[in-house]
Amino acid sequence: MLILRCPYCGVSGEETEFHAGGEAHLKRFGPGSSDAEFEAYLFQRENPKGVHFERWRHVNGCGKWFHAARCTATLEVFGTYPAQSTEPPADLRKAISAKRPGWKWREFS
Amino acid sequence: MSRRIQQGGRLIDRAQRESFAFNGRQMSGFAGDTLASALLANDQMMMGRSFKYHRPRGPVASGAEEPNALVGLSAGARFEPNQRTTTTEIYTGLTARSQNHWPSLDYDIGALNGFLSPFLPAGFYYKTFMHPRPLWKALFEPVIRHSAGLGKAPTEGDADRYEHFYFFADVMIVGGGIAGLQAALAAGRAGAKVLLIEQTAHWGGRAPVDGVMIGGKPADEWIAATLDTLNAMDNVTLRSRTMGAGVYDHGYALAYERCEDAVPQARGPRHRLWRVRAGQIITATGAIERPLSFPGNDVPGVMLASAVRDYLVNWAVAVGKRTVIVTNNDDAYRTAIALHDAGEAVPVIVDARPDAKGPLPERARALGIRIEQGCGLSGVKGGKRVTGAQICRQSGAGAVIEEVPCDAIAMSGGWSPVVHLWSHCGGKLTWDDAQAHFRPDPSRPPIGHDGAGFVIAAGSANGEMLAGACLQDGDAAGKAAIKALGLKAKGGAIAQAEAEGEHPMMPVWLMPADATPELKMKIFLDYQNDVKLSDVQLAAREGYESVEHTKRYTTLGMATDQGKLSNINGLAALSQALGADIPDVGTTTFRPPYTPISIGSIAGEARGPIFQPIRQTPMHAWHSENGADFEPVGQWRRPYCYLRDGETRADAVTREVRNTRQAVGLLDASTLGKLVVKGPDAGKLLDLVYTNMMSTLKPGNCRYGLMCNDNGFLIDDGVVARIDDQTFLCHTTTGGAERIHAHLEEWLQTEWWDMQAYVANLTEQYAQIAVVGPKARTVLEKLGGMDVGRDTLPFMGWAEGELAGIPARVYRISFSGELSFEVAVPASRGQEFWNKCLAAGAEFGIMPYGTEALHVLRAEKGFIMIGDETDGTVIPQDLGLNWAISKKKDDFIGKRAQQRSHMTDPNRWKLVGLETLDGTPLEDGAYAIAEGTNANGQRKTQGRVTSTYYSPTLDRGIAMGLVLNGPDRMGEVLEFTRTDRPPQHARIVDAVFYDKEGEKQNV
Ligand SMILES: [Zn+2]
Repeated sequence: MLILRCPYCGVSGEETEFHAGGEAHLKRFGPGSSDAEFEAYLFQRENPKGVHFERWRHVNGCGKWFHAARCTATLEVFGTYPAQSTEPPADLRKAISAKRPGWKWREFS
Repeated sequence: MSRRIQQGGRLIDRAQRESFAFNGRQMSGFAGDTLASALLANDQMMMGRSFKYHRPRGPVASGAEEPNALVGLSAGARFEPNQRTTTTEIYTGLTARSQNHWPSLDYDIGALNGFLSPFLPAGFYYKTFMHPRPLWKALFEPVIRHSAGLGKAPTEGDADRYEHFYFFADVMIVGGGIAGLQAALAAGRAGAKVLLIEQTAHWGGRAPVDGVMIGGKPADEWIAATLDTLNAMDNVTLRSRTMGAGVYDHGYALAYERCEDAVPQARGPRHRLWRVRAGQIITATGAIERPLSFPGNDVPGVMLASAVRDYLVNWAVAVGKRTVIVTNNDDAYRTAIALHDAGEAVPVIVDARPDAKGPLPERARALGIRIEQGCGLSGVKGGKRVTGAQICRQSGAGAVIEEVPCDAIAMSGGWSPVVHLWSHCGGKLTWDDAQAHFRPDPSRPPIGHDGAGFVIAAGSANGEMLAGACLQDGDAAGKAAIKALGLKAKGGAIAQAEAEGEHPMMPVWLMPADATPELKMKIFLDYQNDVKLSDVQLAAREGYESVEHTKRYTTLGMATDQGKLSNINGLAALSQALGADIPDVGTTTFRPPYTPISIGSIAGEARGPIFQPIRQTPMHAWHSENGADFEPVGQWRRPYCYLRDGETRADAVTREVRNTRQAVGLLDASTLGKLVVKGPDAGKLLDLVYTNMMSTLKPGNCRYGLMCNDNGFLIDDGVVARIDDQTFLCHTTTGGAERIHAHLEEWLQTEWWDMQAYVANLTEQYAQIAVVGPKARTVLEKLGGMDVGRDTLPFMGWAEGELAGIPARVYRISFSGELSFEVAVPASRGQEFWNKCLAAGAEFGIMPYGTEALHVLRAEKGFIMIGDETDGTVIPQDLGLNWAISKKKDDFIGKRAQQRSHMTDPNRWKLVGLETLDGTPLEDGAYAIAEGTNANGQRKTQGRVTSTYYSPTLDRGIAMGLVLNGPDRMGEVLEFTRTDRPPQHARIVDAVFYDKEGEKQNV
């Protein structure tokens, strides 16, 4: 059972306070997109062993969505940040690089 | 024979007798006895039979690792199977029954399996029961059901109480032996909040049994003084009878406290499950002695040397009159010496090592105990009890040199650290060649949220086998935990422990080393599951190389003891058979719980009425008092119908439907979700989440809307009322309020966070009461206060005001097809308004109706119900709801998905009405049968029923269903399946059965 820190209310809570919401930083494709784009948006997900970016909601707390950078192998949490961002913040990426040199996730590294 | 001796027994109180029953026979023991020690004191060595061959079995161990001596405890609502006698404390009134035998423990029919054992090899189930298939039902299944399974499942609900307990600790220490106690001292002195738990009722672990001296005094004295010190620290919590069950992510741990197993008449919970979050966890869980793999090592009377010593020193029980010791290490000599000191006969110590020259063997020699070096056992005489040991050369094939009469054999194959808790959450192990065991690799601990290790192993659990080293290691672990927490360790002397040194052990995985195949078939690795050395070798020959596969194929380590004794011996046997090194073969995965915990403790308080909180509307109590027959709808309970004297449910529903159609009905609709969406961009947001246009809705008006997910599937529906320019009130389905609220929040927060709109869930702020039927307006007019006339408040309009002096919002919407007003009043005034409606409507025949009448009324009108007509694979177009899908909007959630080829396929099943030819209702979920069969030989289908009811209005069965090209096949008759009856014929018709023009709702 993980411990996560909600970047909105600052609470470090038990996993049961939160709700996992799948991969972070998905770009939505709507009307006008190709079948391939839409399929990728709806169904194709990263499944890394290592650095991963996920969406979480502080569902039994402040109710806010946020993102968490986490190692799926060791469960280390590198950091959390608001969901209102289209890419991982630079300082977090740097912090991850210090712990996992050469990490890569989608177009980010 | 096994018996109580006159002297000693450090854990028993000879002044207090406890009487108990075993298989109906009254016996007695002392306070402090375990069931195993008390049974042995009564010369009851045989305590059960094995799982597969039903072989007679006695205890082999004295603690949690016991695989054999399992019993069913108590009876009726307190019956519990598979309880270890070695960890069950006795009390007066305890009743126990042995397991896995018929008709009795002594005479068992199933033991025939033992004679069949050559035909029941590893993988027997997989090989035998595959084919022919018809035999499954007739033969295999009943036979397996009868003979498989340990014990019997309880037949009544558990009468006891259980609870969960939350605890936060800086340092949690699992294991109250001397290493754990010393670790607690180190962590406690530094001021950390410490939780120290011990699975048994006693502190100190094995040190007192082994005669360890600490600081020049017997270990018991140091333990008592240390407990005093720890108890005096406010920051230290101690709990005995509490087992560390599991270690999970980020310092989460479960501990299982057996509060009242030993005092069953007390009033607290029987078990308490501690849900602990710890900064650092120290596993001081000790070590478990390994059996030796020699022929006949499962005969009752063959025990671990440490267990023989435990029974003698702790409970003053001598398990035999003549005990042969067989060992590959020095520690077993402690048992020989303890027996000798107690005046018990030890005819011989059989040591597999060529020479035994350590201080302990020398002491044994000096006492005059005979030692045979370089020897082993090639057989055990006796069936239900050991009668002799056959000595052979360890290096040979097992030729018997000498047969020694004895009634107990104490064996030791070395010690394995208890690494379970270390491993539960990913801690890695390293192979220790000298001691021939796996121990924790401190460089690869379980990782916490910050990327640092959060588990530290200490003492024997860390591979430290001598008392002095255990104390040092415990102290180091306590200080390391303090350092990891960023605290400062305080000084404090570590007591010195004295115990004899030990010479190296010699790994022995097979005794004798070149045992013949016949002998190997008598060597048991896993006692509970009857897995023999020959089974593991067979698995290896058949190509099983992975230890995980071998485990499942042979069932080695899959019993309730989870291989605590068999694990390493099994691995060694497999690695020898594969010609690989043990560390290369590796271990199976250690999974929590460490030993089985009660289901009751996992449930905790969550049972009965508080298993799940029940939501109640403001009128719930009235419903209860007025005949409501409730049904669950989400977490709500809603009246299915209101039963009157002598009525069946069907009678009541018919009455309620007819009354609503003919006079006036009253429905508690408070459970409908009510979400307020507010802000300058509220309309923009709703245009994206509903399939139809909401931004054009005028204040004062209502509009029915559909919501889809981005996969295109319908997820909810309901009426939206525009309150003012920036405010919408969105009704959701009863089960949908929280889900749809979350859906809106998700899109608002994670996709369109630039929109200025907010969502609030006001579901419970309002009581919503539907007044429905031709007399509905008359009732409201009698209540008075608002103009609810046709022109002022037209169909699909809403108005705010007061009715009967109560603030109200009145929505003129209809889910029944009748003239209908849904009135929202403050929740606190719901009951008052309900009462006033009943009073005002009395003269017009008003009566409440329940959810079933609601369903019938809507089905008669062909209105869809989310969850009936939809199931997560249905799009609005399937339901003929194209009119509610905007073509003007560039985008809405689901629009792109509904353009996919599969969604626009003309052959999707579509909604139609169904009318049976004989007038009786179709079965729920019935399928429309098509010609031919599919690849699995099943009849093809061309549709299915989504809703089916008896319609009191039409006095016939009506239904809705999804049918292939349905709307184009009006009038066609289809066959629908029925359970255990021939199919039923139904005609495809329009889904609107009643008032097709919609005149009645618009009056
Ligand atoms: Zn929060």
